[in-house]
Amino acid sequence: MSEKAIDRRRPFAVNWWIRLGWLLALIYALYASYQLDVSWSRFVVGLGNGADFLGEMVPMDFSRWRLLVENLIETVQIAIIASAFGVALSLPVGLLAARNLMPAWVTWPARTCIALCRSFHPVIFAILFVKAVGFGPLAGILTLIFASIGFIGKLFAEAIEEISLKPLEALRAAGAPFMSVIVYAVLPQVLNRFIGFSSYQLDANLRNSTMVGIVGAGGIGGTLFAAFQRFDYDFLAAILVSIIALVMLSEYISQRVKRVFQ
Amino acid sequence: MSASSARRTWQRFSSGERLARFTVFLLMAAALAFSMRTVQVIPEFLLDSPTQVMDLLRRMWPPDYRYYPQGIHTALMETLHIASLGTLLAIVMALPVGVMGANNIVRIPALNWLSKLILVSSRSVNTLVWALLFVAIFGPGPLAGTICIGFRSVGFVGKLFAEALEETDPGSIEALTAAGAPWPSIFIKGFWPQVAPAFWGISLFRWDINVRESAVIGLVGAGGIGMVLDTALNLFYWDRVSIILVSIFTVVILAELLVTAIRKRIL
Repeated sequence: MSEKAIDRRRPFAVNWWIRLGWLLALIYALYASYQLDVSWSRFVVGLGNGADFLGEMVPMDFSRWRLLVENLIETVQIAIIASAFGVALSLPVGLLAARNLMPAWVTWPARTCIALCRSFHPVIFAILFVKAVGFGPLAGILTLIFASIGFIGKLFAEAIEEISLKPLEALRAAGAPFMSVIVYAVLPQVLNRFIGFSSYQLDANLRNSTMVGIVGAGGIGGTLFAAFQRFDYDFLAAILVSIIALVMLSEYISQRVKRVFQ
Repeated sequence: MSASSARRTWQRFSSGERLARFTVFLLMAAALAFSMRTVQVIPEFLLDSPTQVMDLLRRMWPPDYRYYPQGIHTALMETLHIASLGTLLAIVMALPVGVMGANNIVRIPALNWLSKLILVSSRSVNTLVWALLFVAIFGPGPLAGTICIGFRSVGFVGKLFAEALEETDPGSIEALTAAGAPWPSIFIKGFWPQVAPAFWGISLFRWDINVRESAVIGLVGAGGIGMVLDTALNLFYWDRVSIILVSIFTVVILAELLVTAIRKRIL
């Protein structure tokens, strides 16, 4: 460090590489906008449409509140069932995918399964499940179970790979069978983080279950999509406001629950 | 005295804590039981599902490889452009909103709350719902998709950026303030060097998520490969659907590998 001469006149030297990076980003933005046919004039036209759109939304239409409440309850049901099964299934999958506990021939299939669950967006799963089990909440539940396995399974496996191996060694030296090693040495070290991931996933499932209905997998998404297609924007505003309220409520509840488990 | 203390049972939690935990578990079990009983599942559809799945797989195999150069490649590139441009848009919008939300830079609570409100509403509306909104405003096409990705990502990038700003070490900032540096210099030379690695890490991570999301927003008309997928689904070209899914899978995996490689180098 000491050989590097300090420029006393300009202590804050210009980093030309960073400027070049910003310039490249700008050039890319212009190129991509050209490719995508994104232009200022279309944007300005859109702003006018946006003003009309907001204007039509303003007196929110809560007259069909019965339908709204039924749909919200279905959405919550999908999220709860999917989280329960997803969390229960991701526990063994995460254990199997941990490279410090299992041999390679066990972790590879488990990691592939997690990667498959993670790389497709829930909507794509929802489309396939709607074809497989028909329209309705069951398709949404199956979709979100897969999404949960992908998310919690990966984080749980990473958490297990970071644990201290000393309690395991002690138990193994004392001749404990495999299940006892898992229950008394592995789980106590990771259970707190697992609960954290699970409560986050319950929130995420609730958000996603408002959307799987767009492709027919149950919940409030179907009604939302129908309101869009019928230009029923005042009812749409009511749906959006209730979704945001539901998500905020669930975030508040999960914060309270996390405090109980700390 | 010593005999009674030896017989004392040791417990990890107080009775109040145990009661709270028990209540949470009970409520969860009750919610699950209620949901399982009342959710409307049609048993006939469920019994039919093995046949349907076999039918689906038979129609999907073999994938229609010849369709890739015809329709998929351009749409895939469009998807990548939507994801990247949307991420750039999110970065540009997240910088001011994040700074406004950091309570050690902007000391006006009302502005902090305004920033929180913007960030929370960006995150609590799903990407597909954002896409629907912008398709209604700007019409179908990649413009709606790009703006949708940008608006959705602001919440994520801005929240984590604001948290990184709040965790900065005040030492160098105090030194700059004491030397009489103007506000922009304090930000660029005091705050930015401390949060830059976190900021780029967050943006890269979000780009990875955006590649996944921009692949599906086309289902509601917001451009990219999702529109091709939607057409193939509506026409029941399942062999095209399978090649589209394979190409999405490949791109997503490549994006994740790229992000992991870059993160290893810059962090």
